Amino acid sequence: MSEPTTVEQYEQLLAELQIIVERLERGELSLAEALHLYERGAELAATCQQLLDMAELRVRQIADG
Amino acid sequence: MHAFTVSELNNALRAHLEEEGLFFDIWLLAEVVEFRRYPSGHCYFTLKDEQASMRAVLWRSAAERVALLPTNGEAVLAHGRVGFYEARGEVQFVVDQIVPAGIGLLNAQLAQLRARLEAEGLFDERRKRQLPVLPRRIGIVTSPQAAALQDMLTILRRRYPLAEVMLSPCLVQGELAPASIVAALRRAYTEPLDVIILARGGGASEDLAAFNDEQVVRTVALSPVPIITGVGHETDTTLVDAVADVRAPTPSAAAELVAPAIGDLRQQITELRERAESAILSRIDAQRAVVAQQHMLLQRNHPRRRFDTARQTVDDLLRRADRALARWIQFEQARLQSLHARLRTLSPQATLARGYAIAQRSDGTVITDPAQVQPGETLHLTLHAGTLRVTVETANE
Repeated sequence: MSEPTTVEQYEQLLAELQIIVERLERGELSLAEALHLYERGAELAATCQQLLDMAELRVRQIADG
Repeated sequence: MHAFTVSELNNALRAHLEEEGLFFDIWLLAEVVEFRRYPSGHCYFTLKDEQASMRAVLWRSAAERVALLPTNGEAVLAHGRVGFYEARGEVQFVVDQIVPAGIGLLNAQLAQLRARLEAEGLFDERRKRQLPVLPRRIGIVTSPQAAALQDMLTILRRRYPLAEVMLSPCLVQGELAPASIVAALRRAYTEPLDVIILARGGGASEDLAAFNDEQVVRTVALSPVPIITGVGHETDTTLVDAVADVRAPTPSAAAELVAPAIGDLRQQITELRERAESAILSRIDAQRAVVAQQHMLLQRNHPRRRFDTARQTVDDLLRRADRALARWIQFEQARLQSLHARLRTLSPQATLARGYAIAQRSDGTVITDPAQVQPGETLHLTLHAGTLRVTVETANE
């Protein structure tokens, strides 16, 4: 299996961010947990934006079988 | 000598003609005459040119697939096989596809192939798959030299640079194109792709022949992942367009359909971050309210408050004690007065007032017995209102 593509990384981070936002919005957390999650969410959002900023289309040719 | 019956001969002729398989896939350019359609749905007519003619039949099952039935005098392209009608000993052309000759042989073949593949269900809407929302690896099957490829890469770079493009190069026109496209597709199928674009820039419609090739169409149908076509110009529709999951009018349009716009992705992240922010802010506000309430409770329970209460209690007790004391003093005074009154009734003074007297020697000794004194002795008598000095005369025994 090849290494994760940028999209795979992006998808993973995005999925985690979505889960965090939903948990924050449900509001069943202690303040400490909520703050901790928020920090993580902010980090994820920044990383996602960064991935989008830094992404460069990779083009490879499939080798002749 | 062996004599055939007519039936035997006709049977042998039919077997010879039909079983050799010589006249199975025939295109006939001819004029239609004596066209008749029977209530059964079968159609009988004659196909002819200037020199010759042949009886023809279009069975109902085939007639139903023909878009437009021919009319007498019409030039047609008919596809079918040569059959032999034993009952009459006649050769006849069994038609399975018939189109006006005006549209050309290639188009007629195409129409026939289209009808056949359609009948197999290759173009069914039910087979169509949705394109992935966020494709990771995008396969592109096209000519590496064509401008179409650069157009697609430019669009992908701009809209969706997250993706990885796997290019599977092939020829897109000429005799070798169909085999080349089939091979390139098969190579792409072995890669872990999420979507495949099969593309070819615009050209004359004859140049798109490879995209109508039966093998190419069947290979597209076998794609393990959704496949989108962008072949030729907007107006060109090929068979691969019909079999693909999604048909885009041009290569550029195909690239746009495959790529989500990066702006939308950024927007999504921004929205998520804003939702997280407002969630945490409202959480903090709620916490602030809790703190405010606790603070209020704390103030209410401040030690000074308890001290105040205690002092009030002490004051209260003191006040009560004062009152009690006052009552006690009053009570004691009353008792004292009554005692004093009783005392007064018991004092010698009161007895003296009733007329008694106290006799005392000069040394103060109180005389209670006559034997205590001698005649001639001086005594003091204390009366109620004063004293007397008396001399004793006699003492009675």
